[in-house]
Amino acid sequence: MAEPSKAAAVSPRLEGKIDNRRRILGFMWKYRALYFISLPGLLFFGLFKYVPLMGSVIAFQNYNLFAGVTGSPWVGLEHFQRMFQHYDFLKILRNTLLLGTYDILFAFTAPIVLALLLNEVRQVVYKKIVQTIFYAPHFLSWVIVSGIFVGILSPSSGIVNVMLGWFGIDPIYFLGEDSYIRTVLVGSGLWRDVGWGTIIYLAALAGINPDLYEASEIDGAGRWRQTLSITLPALLPVITILFLLKIGDFMDYGFERVFVFQNPLNIQSSEILDTYIYKAGLQQLQYSYATAIGVFKSVVGLFLISIANTISKKATGESLY
Amino acid sequence: MKYDSAGRKLFLVVNYIILTFLALTMLLPFLNVIAQSFSSPGAIDRGEVMFWPVEFTFAYYQHVFNDISIWRAFGISVYITLFGTFINLAATASLAYPLSRPEYVGRKTIMIIILMTMIFTAPLIPQFILMRELNLVNTLWSLMLPSAISAFNLFVLRTFFTQIPSELIDSSRIDGCSEIRTLWSIVLPLSKPALATVGIFYSVTNWNKYMDALYYINDRAKYPLQVKLRELLVNEGLTDTGNLAFEASSQSVQGIQMAVILVATVPIILLYPFLQRFFIHGMMIGSIKE
Repeated sequence: MAEPSKAAAVSPRLEGKIDNRRRILGFMWKYRALYFISLPGLLFFGLFKYVPLMGSVIAFQNYNLFAGVTGSPWVGLEHFQRMFQHYDFLKILRNTLLLGTYDILFAFTAPIVLALLLNEVRQVVYKKIVQTIFYAPHFLSWVIVSGIFVGILSPSSGIVNVMLGWFGIDPIYFLGEDSYIRTVLVGSGLWRDVGWGTIIYLAALAGINPDLYEASEIDGAGRWRQTLSITLPALLPVITILFLLKIGDFMDYGFERVFVFQNPLNIQSSEILDTYIYKAGLQQLQYSYATAIGVFKSVVGLFLISIANTISKKATGESLY
Repeated sequence: MKYDSAGRKLFLVVNYIILTFLALTMLLPFLNVIAQSFSSPGAIDRGEVMFWPVEFTFAYYQHVFNDISIWRAFGISVYITLFGTFINLAATASLAYPLSRPEYVGRKTIMIIILMTMIFTAPLIPQFILMRELNLVNTLWSLMLPSAISAFNLFVLRTFFTQIPSELIDSSRIDGCSEIRTLWSIVLPLSKPALATVGIFYSVTNWNKYMDALYYINDRAKYPLQVKLRELLVNEGLTDTGNLAFEASSQSVQGIQMAVILVATVPIILLYPFLQRFFIHGMMIGSIKE
């Protein structure tokens, strides 16, 4: 067997285009087994990711299950108009945006602070123990997280209300009131994922050259000064990238985590686009309408991420693309 | 370290207090759930149960273990976790390997195409329609096939495969190994740590699978554990109609719910020690790009 030199495909020899193409095809034929192996995976992305993406066109149709995409009539932006005229839509959009904002304010910043605090711990055993505890809730499903929270927040027997009772505070029905549901949603998200979020920051912190700290110490910098001038700047690229990704998910607060906490008593504040899409689409079978909302959501998400990316590129030089 | 200033010492003390407090807020809800699942209905109802069982009882677990539908849901979750994870690993490795080879012409383009699916996700309804068209609705395949490959895990594995020296792969080719044989006998055995990481991520996802089942499974006999669990949490009172219904129906409902929560959590807890060894390393390779 001839040696599989990498140069063969990209040899800059002066040859005709056709000749070059034939060489590449020959090269591909030689390694056809690689293409064969990759086939199921490529098929997967084509079928389960790209076909439904193309299927988004039904947002511009009156989709009929029996007529299919080719047979259903086109209606232009009708569903989008209907969406904006729907009296509930603005409320649902507002809920989605509010939850997204709270999530960035708290769930995004908390892991950074926690990682900085953990980084100051020198006792290895203690650090390992608390980290193990911090990571654990991340592996529980939202159904279980909601079960635990419903239990501890119960007005009659929940431990939180029992503790509030010690201070003479009347039991609060956290899940039964609109005014608390956002706090519960953001809080349970923090509880589940704050420790997990620290992993990437801790890795970045471990990668900082210790010489920097030593040099700054000789120059008379205290720990606080070092945090401001060395640690945070070193973390900035990671923070920026994660922030951009987070902005891209702004409208994707997550169907599951909201759905499992939702009940008729808190729905006014907990209905978000994702849960509404599920209800309008799969429960009320308004296929095109639900898809239109989904498309709207993606477009806004894309718009947000491109703005954030442009700003970040100008301000910090970091960007996703 | 020897020359810590007073301010620094104070900070360290406060830091330890904060971290210990946070660790307790993570841990105590678990202990409360465990304690309640072993406490008498009366004790739970009076709000006496904190972190230790009051008026110890096994009744809720007996109730749970006698419920055939819970066993069935448990079995379905075990099945999609084992078989689904096998599909996940086979599909992911067989795409990650070619994408890690420089001989695979067009790998950059394919990587970008895959990366795009992480940014653009299709709306729910077109996904549902596809599953209908493929006749996968109400089958367990609908819980395994649409999530066969996660782009993130694919990149983790690919990065790991790239680190295997090409000399090794070349020499196995010279020795007459086919590509499939090379992948099976050289690359995969060398990648056990990466496969374990990715496998564990996949199995946690499969075990926790709820949304897909909600979308694609109507047949109650095919509910995985998380859907069954949710049903128990809602139907038996608390979540949907509030505490009134719970107090009216049966006093032991909360205890049963806590017992079910624990039954669903135990497999993850058993997996956790193995999990932790791998996931940090896995996260690291996943975050490195070319």
